[in-house]
Amino acid sequence: MEMEAYLDNAATTRCSARAAEIMMRLLTEDYGNPSSLHTMGARAENYIKEARKKIAKTIKAQEKEIIFTSGGTEANNMAVLGSVEANKRAGNHIITSAIEHASVEQPMRRLEEMGYHVTYLPVNAEGVISLDDLEAALDHETILVSIMQVNNEIGSIQPIKDAAALIRKKAPHALIHTDAIQSYGKIEVYPKSLDIDLLSVSGHKIHAPKGVGFLYVKEKTKIKPVLYGGGQQKGMRSGTENVPAIAALGEAAAMICASRKASAEHMYDLRRFFIREAALLDGVTIHGTQEKDFAPHIVSVSVDGVRSEVLLHALEEKGVYVSAGSACSSNKPSVSRTLKAIGMKESLLGSTVRFSFCEATTKEETDYAITCMREIIPFLRQYTRK
Amino acid sequence: MYQSFLIKYAEIAIKGKNRYIFEDALVRQIHRALKQVDGSFQVRRLQGRIYVDAKSEFDEDEVIGALSKVFGIVGICPVVLLEDEGFDKLAQEVTAYMDRVYPDKNITFKVHARRARKNYPMDSMELNAALGEKILEAFPEIRVDVHNPDVLLCVEIREEINLYSEEIKGPGGMPVGTNGKAMLLLSGGIDSPVAGYMIAKRGVSVDAVYFHAPPYTSERARQKVVDLAKIISRYTGDIHLHIVNFTDIQLYIYEQCPHEELTILMRRYMMRIAEHFAKENNCLGLVTGESIGQVASQTMQSLAATNAVCTMPVYRPLIGFDKNEIIGISEKIDAYETSILPFEDCCTIFVAKHPVTKPNLKAMERSEKRLSEKIDQLMETAIKTAEIVCVKAGEDE
Repeated sequence: MEMEAYLDNAATTRCSARAAEIMMRLLTEDYGNPSSLHTMGARAENYIKEARKKIAKTIKAQEKEIIFTSGGTEANNMAVLGSVEANKRAGNHIITSAIEHASVEQPMRRLEEMGYHVTYLPVNAEGVISLDDLEAALDHETILVSIMQVNNEIGSIQPIKDAAALIRKKAPHALIHTDAIQSYGKIEVYPKSLDIDLLSVSGHKIHAPKGVGFLYVKEKTKIKPVLYGGGQQKGMRSGTENVPAIAALGEAAAMICASRKASAEHMYDLRRFFIREAALLDGVTIHGTQEKDFAPHIVSVSVDGVRSEVLLHALEEKGVYVSAGSACSSNKPSVSRTLKAIGMKESLLGSTVRFSFCEATTKEETDYAITCMREIIPFLRQYTRK
Repeated sequence: MYQSFLIKYAEIAIKGKNRYIFEDALVRQIHRALKQVDGSFQVRRLQGRIYVDAKSEFDEDEVIGALSKVFGIVGICPVVLLEDEGFDKLAQEVTAYMDRVYPDKNITFKVHARRARKNYPMDSMELNAALGEKILEAFPEIRVDVHNPDVLLCVEIREEINLYSEEIKGPGGMPVGTNGKAMLLLSGGIDSPVAGYMIAKRGVSVDAVYFHAPPYTSERARQKVVDLAKIISRYTGDIHLHIVNFTDIQLYIYEQCPHEELTILMRRYMMRIAEHFAKENNCLGLVTGESIGQVASQTMQSLAATNAVCTMPVYRPLIGFDKNEIIGISEKIDAYETSILPFEDCCTIFVAKHPVTKPNLKAMERSEKRLSEKIDQLMETAIKTAEIVCVKAGEDE
């Protein structure tokens, strides 16, 4: 194997050396329980404070507005279920988009079972909701609007700020949540200027370890916890804090946000190049534009007549790692909701792969991926299911 | 509480002069099964019986679980073994046994004594009566029912006295290793692992061959087959799994032959390769999970067309089974959950919308002529590059 190119950074990223180092130290040396009264406990608590401070700064929030979770899924669940539980007396209508990640969509399904009315906003061919649809859906019964900032499968960016302005006007009781798991560290994510109440972030998408994330909860926002127990994190999230991972997350968050603008420029360059070259290949369709109305790190590519799994494994043989649809759901062959929602042709639904970059991805790697595709795609297209 | 297990076997006890072969194999298989269990055990043969004695602490469920996967065993009885120290002592032990094993005395029982050692002073009938009386004396609530007792307490007077009242059903069949070896065509599906289990039940050792087609099939599909081999190895013993890359052969057939015939032609080449490995490994036959009419490639005509390339017997233990029956066995042997993991296997990648269901042998042979240019070379490469994984029973568990 001549080369490797890990182009699956939207699935997960490599843990940064600094984050891993801190984690190791906290696991083996400063391993105290932050709730313990002695010095070891106090020291562990300091790491959490430190991480909280760093993270709050990256999103221009206050420290007390950050709740650490076990990752993006928990943050999303807490945002959706916790806010509805706390505000159920204000109404029974919830709005979300048709292309949310399963960790928002599934809690919504659960709420529907419990009797709530959920509106799923459609998206256009570029994967963006319409503000008119949103306006039409909003009413006085609306208690929560949850819309992701960047879609994990195609990289489309939602107009969160405009949506929030509309929501404040038409549904004053509604809380606004944004799943920022794919946008944090890639594009601007400032909850105050977006005017939202809740925002989820996952650690392992930004070079922190797996199993940690956070939920931003705007000061004075009423939500209920989903886990009950020892009352850690002011009772909002019981359970001994995962101090090593939290400290690592603080470090990784500070790092990725410090170089966000330059990194984004770099990834946009790679993306433009990649899309231009890939689009020249026979049978290839790119979903989304080359422009900055899409996230810098995600490219969704369909290859007519080639099943995504086959393309994925063929690329893998050459050391190029990508995802078929969304990595989190690829273990069960189900049709992607997102791809369906953007109105993708039936024949392409099972033929779509996702390339995703990070700031460390090199031009050499994307060049290599293109070279491999040039070689593989014509070959695979000869053999199709008749 | 129990330190020993009495192993009952049936069919092998009647094999005349070959009996020792079967018993030796059974003891070997019991040893193999016990290797997967924590603790140290001794396997003893005594007067046409096999005993497993625990020499350390052990988990009873674990031991029974392992033993109930050994073909040849029809029953496993947790047994208390006693020295003969006279009737009074025996009566004491028997009542203590009943008290321990059946804390709730609101039951009916019957003593079933057997005097195998004829110099014992009481005969079976006397023992039945005397021990029954002692038990009734000790526990006033307990009742005797000679026709349909809740508890049948067996008291066998041998060199040692055997005391047992429970028998856990074994899998039956014959000990693996007593009937040669066969090569199993193992896919990732539900049927072939069950076929492997069934053939092993008749005492046959199993090796296996799996065809994969990267990049059309994935690493996970391959791992799934290794996992399935591991599951059936708990019954069959170690399996040499031959993993053959079938991609080039498959694509070549795809290029050269009518599409509806692809599956049958593929299977003909799979059988040929399997037979090659079978011969190489001293196997006496091939084993498949086919069942008549289940899919297009398993009609009588299709089976005939596939069978025609084999010189060895092809055993199809599931031939008359319905899918639900196969699933039932698959669940019983804990293969089902793994079998239904959704990874593409190489037979379904290019499957035609309307594959032939009544292939004509002559037509197949004609089609294969179109492959004459490269097929020998491709077969040779596939055989040469096959990867052999030794799947050891009970490893990684």
